[in-house]
Formats: sequence, structure tokens, C-alpha cells
Amino acid sequence: MSLLEALPIGLLGAVLGLDVVSFPQAMVSRPIVAATLGGAFIGNPPAGLLIGVVLEMIALDTLPFGASRYPEWGSAGVVGGSLFASQHSGMPGALPASLLAALLTASISGWSMVMLRRLIASRLERTRDQLEAGSRDALLSLHLSGMSLDLLRAALVTIVAMIIFAPLVKAIVAIWGSESAASHAVVVVVAAVVAIAALWKVFHSVKHVLWFFFGGALIWILYLVTR
Amino acid sequence: MTAAPSEPVDLPLRVKLAMYFRLFALQGSWNYETLNGTGVGFSMEPALRLLPGGVDGQPYRAALARESRYFNAHPYLAGVAVGALTRAELDGVDPVRIERFRTALAGPLGSVGDRLVWASWLPFCSLVGIGVFGAGGSPLAVVGTFLLLYNAGHFLLRAWGLRVGLSRGLNVASALGNPVLRQGPDYIGRAAAFVAGFALPLALQRIAGPGRALIGGIIAAALIGVLLLARLRERAEGWRIALGVLAVFVLYSVLT
Repeated sequence: MSLLEALPIGLLGAVLGLDVVSFPQAMVSRPIVAATLGGAFIGNPPAGLLIGVVLEMIALDTLPFGASRYPEWGSAGVVGGSLFASQHSGMPGALPASLLAALLTASISGWSMVMLRRLIASRLERTRDQLEAGSRDALLSLHLSGMSLDLLRAALVTIVAMIIFAPLVKAIVAIWGSESAASHAVVVVVAAVVAIAALWKVFHSVKHVLWFFFGGALIWILYLVTR
Repeated sequence: MTAAPSEPVDLPLRVKLAMYFRLFALQGSWNYETLNGTGVGFSMEPALRLLPGGVDGQPYRAALARESRYFNAHPYLAGVAVGALTRAELDGVDPVRIERFRTALAGPLGSVGDRLVWASWLPFCSLVGIGVFGAGGSPLAVVGTFLLLYNAGHFLLRAWGLRVGLSRGLNVASALGNPVLRQGPDYIGRAAAFVAGFALPLALQRIAGPGRALIGGIIAAALIGVLLLARLRERAEGWRIALGVLAVFVLYSVLT
């Protein structure tokens, strides 16, 4: 993938990466949305949605609590959705390989957010006297530059990830050795395990929560039986 | 000089709208020194211009400096602090009292917001979106359902926070006893568990595709995996394990 081809996807990644923390936190950066939009950019929104749902299940494990370090799913979702949507349908390795690329992007992008926060802190240190004097210009400059840098950060992460992973995923898919059913099964198991464990971690203290879960599971069983 | 708590700050609508809009960018300069303190100053700035002397006046400069220092709150509930602090500044409350109030308010706004939004509302909305996918929903239906549902709560919570902060000023602590904030997470947690019960298997079925040859293996592997992760608890992050397992599987599939 050339820089020119990666640029529009990079812009989408930039906007969605900005949403994670800086503006407006409307959760368009959640993988279920970001990957679908990434897939739509390539012309295959259903493929983007499919990998987006898998990523969303994994993302349930990482809730963005305050200063904690967490993966950045906005850019990662766009990368995952675009990569998976650009593979030929029915290729067994497309989903696991694209998913791995998206998770690696999420990890690297999370690290880039930490770097950005340190950069903003160092800028704040340099303008501390002006801020303590109540300078409107210093505050607006710090704030708007923080948002602009975040936009740039997410764009760079998305573009670099696309340039690296697009040919890599294509090559992996071409020499993939596992069967289609097994490949999907591994993805399903990974998503199921992470999602259930994450939900248990979040909701285990809620009273009678297991009964509600089993109630929902009963609906699913009834649906299977009556279908 | 402190105004009576029942007396609302008379802010022009355009100022309130500017503050509300800026709340969405509250974390634009989030950093490890002041956390979202500079964002609080940024969000209050349109209202602080109403202080005597305007943007060139000493009260404006002093208030902006004070309000841009360290602060930590959940971004969606920071509007409560922004509103309350705005009212205190415009009412000319003693700066020492304002400082004490800022310190006292930060903790509860963080923990209540984290519990209500990140640990309840967001997973619930995610599960609803996953459920729509599992039921065969189109990309537009899935994304639209998730975004509309999530942001209905998001936009309302931010608006409520700012309104209650502006109207109650330094007496805003009682607003944190609102039943939605106190009991909401439990109710949403139960609803999320219920939705998870059918949404996850439906979605996983759709991802796995037709054919049930491996269904027994999938269920067994998932059960073992969940038990292992449950034992590891906080010592392991699920997404990192997913990354590791997928890396090994991709390597295996490429080399065989």
C-alpha cells in the first residue's frame, strides 16, 4: 500500500483516534464503529463490522479508566476493518491475521497516547508561568495544540500501520496453512474468553448478576430450539 | 460574599452553549501533571469573561489560573464541577474555599463517573450493538443502534452535569446522591448481564459461520479459557492474552 492509498484511511483513523480521549468521546472510536467505517472506506462494510464485533468483545476488557494505560481502539479499529475488508472473501487466514494487526496497532497506539500526554506535560511546564498568570492565550494554545497533536498522532499511527500491515497480512493470507473452520474457531474462542472474563471482572459484584446472565442465555436457547 | 444556593447564575444562552460544547473537548490537553485541570479552565473560560474587567481584568486572570490547575474527574461528569466552579467564581466566593471545594469534588466525580459510564453504560451499549449484529443486523443498524443509545446517555449526562452545577454551585454535592448515579450501575449491570446471555452466543455463532463440526471444541476451549482467566484475575489482561494467542496461531498457520 502506497502513502497515497493510506492517506484517506489515515484521515479516518485520525478523526476516530481523536475521539478516544480528546474530542468528543462519542465512542465513534469503539471498534464496532471504527472497523465498520474502515471496512466501508474499502467498500465492504459487512467485513468491517465482523472484525469490529470481534475487536469490540476484546475491547470490553480495557475500559478507559483515568490515567491508566490502555490500547487505543479508534485507529486500531480502522486498520483492522480496512485490512480485513480488502482481503478476498473466504480466505481462512484473513480474519486472524487482520485481527492480530489490529491488536498490535492498538497496543502501539496506546503507547503513543502515553508519549503525547508526556509531551503535553512538558509543554505545560514550559508555559507554567503564563498559565499561573492567567494567560488566556497560553491556555488556549496548550489545549488546542494538544488536540491537534492527538489528531496527528492517530493519523501517523494509522498510516504507518497500514503501510506495514497491508502487505504483511496479504502475504500471510497467501501462505496460510490452517483450515477455514479452525481459523474462525480460534478467533471465536479468543473473543468469547476475553469478553466473558471481562464482563465477569466488571459485573461480578452486582447482585444476582449470574441469574440475569443465565436468563439471557435461556432466551438464546429458546431461540435455537424454536428456529 | 456567597449567593444563596437557590439563586441560579444568570448566564446568557450562548455562554452556556459554549461551555457545553467545550466540555466535549475537556480532555484535549490531558496530561500527567494537571490531568484534566486545564480542560476545566478551558471549559469555564467563556463564562469567566463575564467577571469584572473582562478578559483583561485581574479577576478573570486569577480565576482562569486557579481553575486550570490540577483536577481529576470523569470527563462526562466534569460538567458538574465546571458549572459549580463557574457559579462560585461569578459569585465571588473566597478562593481558598474554591480550592477546598475543587479538591473535595474531584474524587467522587471520578469514581461515580467511572462506575456509571465506563463500567456500566459503555459495556451495556457495546453488548446491545453486539446483540444487533448477532440477530443479523446490517452495519448501519448495528452502528446506528450503538451510537444512538450510547450518546443519548452521554449527551444527557453532560448537559445534566453542567445544569446542576450552575444551579447549585458549591452545594452540588447533594446532586451526587441522585438515584441514577447511585443505583444506576447496578441496574445497568443486571441489564448488561441479561443482554450478554443471548447477545454473545448469537454474535459468536454469526462469526463462526455455518457448520457445527467444531462447536463442541469451541465451547470446551472457551470454558477452559474463561476459567483460566478467572483464576488469573487482575494479573493478566485479556487483550494481551488474545494478542499472544493470535500471534502464536498465525505463526503456526504460516509455518505449517
